Amino acid sequence: MTTYDPSLPRPAKPFEPPVVAPGHDAASITEQVNKVVFGRTPLWWVGALGVSFGIVMMFLVAVIWLFTRGVGIWGLNVPVAWGFAIVNFVWWIGIGHAGTLISAILLLFRQEWRTSINRFAEAMTLFAVACAGMFPVLHLGRPWLFYWLLPYPNVMSLWPQFRSPLIWDVFAVTTYATVSLLFWYVGLIPDLATLRDGARNLWARRLAGVFSLGWRGSAKHWYNYETLYLLLAGLATPLVLSVHTVVSFDFAVSVIPGWHTTVFPPYFVAGAIYSGFAMVLTLVLPLRSLFGLKDMITERHLNAMAKVTLATGLIVAYGYLIELFMAWYSGNEFEIFTAENRLTGPYSFQYGMLWVCNIILPQLLWIKRVRRSPVALWLIAVVINVGMWLERYVIVVLSLHRDYLPSSWDTYSGTIWDWATFIGTIGFFLSLIFLFVRFLPMISGFEMRHLVTFKRDATEEAPR
Amino acid sequence: MTSGDAGGHGPSPFGLMAEFESGRALVAAARAAREAGYTRLDTYSPYPIEEMHEVLGLPRSKVPLVVLVGGILGGLGGFFLQYWSQVIHYPLNVGGRPFNSWPSFIVITFECTILLAALSGVIGMIVLNRLPQPYHPAFNWDRFQRASRDRYFLAVEADDPRFDRHATERFLRGLGPSEVREVES
Repeated sequence: MTTYDPSLPRPAKPFEPPVVAPGHDAASITEQVNKVVFGRTPLWWVGALGVSFGIVMMFLVAVIWLFTRGVGIWGLNVPVAWGFAIVNFVWWIGIGHAGTLISAILLLFRQEWRTSINRFAEAMTLFAVACAGMFPVLHLGRPWLFYWLLPYPNVMSLWPQFRSPLIWDVFAVTTYATVSLLFWYVGLIPDLATLRDGARNLWARRLAGVFSLGWRGSAKHWYNYETLYLLLAGLATPLVLSVHTVVSFDFAVSVIPGWHTTVFPPYFVAGAIYSGFAMVLTLVLPLRSLFGLKDMITERHLNAMAKVTLATGLIVAYGYLIELFMAWYSGNEFEIFTAENRLTGPYSFQYGMLWVCNIILPQLLWIKRVRRSPVALWLIAVVINVGMWLERYVIVVLSLHRDYLPSSWDTYSGTIWDWATFIGTIGFFLSLIFLFVRFLPMISGFEMRHLVTFKRDATEEAPR
Repeated sequence: MTSGDAGGHGPSPFGLMAEFESGRALVAAARAAREAGYTRLDTYSPYPIEEMHEVLGLPRSKVPLVVLVGGILGGLGGFFLQYWSQVIHYPLNVGGRPFNSWPSFIVITFECTILLAALSGVIGMIVLNRLPQPYHPAFNWDRFQRASRDRYFLAVEADDPRFDRHATERFLRGLGPSEVREVES
């Protein structure tokens, strides 16, 4: 994707492991990428999909019960009307930020290590946004009327309240879902053509043929395609930054102590990227071993992703500190109380764990050995996923359960149905991930071919 | 996929195609063909080759224009959706805010700009490339299946004014291809 001038010598980085293991060319890359799709179904895959699909069934039960009885089956009460549903919504949409960051922003920054993980991260984004989108709708008292959120001509002559951040969120999330889908599909077109040309199974060939639109790699097509891809990256970059900003407006535009702060947009965006990278690491580390993709997802990628995780984690830490500082500095008794309530109130354990999971343990990523050890990295990534969920729990529940009026204070905890719905979406997400990695190329083949060919040309040119 | 017709000497062929082993050989061959005066050329490669559109002298891509127009329409449309519904169609006083409270409308205007720009860009790319195209003569050559993997093809189409079945084939063979074939349309 990036223009690469082979006549310029590459700045030497002797300690950097390569983006692709040495000795690969266009054919062997294609072989590796397609192997996962054309190969035999691994036994572990059947088991993993079975378990995740079982969890989807549990989700179905939880949702049917919700539709039958209403949101009263959840732990919601009057001060805490936004419980798990909003916590999970923000958690999932945050995870959905890594895909576009990796595909778009790192493309514009010419980070060539993005190439072997961008397709997977984009798919992860789509599935995470799908999970996120379910929660606000399930949280509606009458979810079958969700389309009232959209502006459409209706006999009631009513329009959505365009001045409300909740409606901004509808637009931001649906735009994000659509643009992510477009970006993902456009990236897939040439790879589907590769699948079509390599498939021996008639149905695989037909389906890949239909969805690749008859792509044939013509120079005229590539020219428009590359132009579009770059433009989409340019459009997706402000979009991805806007989405979590708008999510943070859901809180920051209100007047609840602990929500009404200007640090929310940047701190939410950093947190989103943080959790998104943690989820990419959580999924990619096992998959690259299970599918034997270590030649293409190398130590270089692990190292780079760990560094991005660390950097965004530090921005998040800054957000936590500034929240406490501003509470004190504002002199506002409600803000000060909210900070005290976090530190010493009924949810101080959750708040403490948030610091441990998101700030303290990830500092291990400063150590190079940890960044290059898949096991250590995976454990830290899982811890960060938990920590980011706790962060949203702290934001949503702690500010609501004790605000201005002590007479309406209450405590909140999720019921079994809250947990079943939340874990159910994890099952849904994992089922989609397992189906994706088996049936579609999880590594962008054409970009990898481009990368290895130009790398090789550059090294051949060097001795002259 | 392939029609199974082994001929290749139909009444009006698609043209002649040459297969190359590397992208660099393809660029050199395309450049030579342009210099020899051929105009109806196309190349096929398993990944984008940046300089190819210059080598083939393709007109500037219209995709940026489509994206720009889509973005402008999306932005205007998004704003006027809100303006019209909140000021003209159903003015509703919410907390004493002005009907045209434009700062509150910016987020949705922005999202609509991006949405329409991206949608029109993708549709524009597909339409400008004349996709979906279920049939294309290039697929009549069974070796062409490798164009999506590790082979590079140059096509001189039969409607080129300089196209001559034998002279063009001789010319293509001189460019160092691994294979040259006439492809039926």
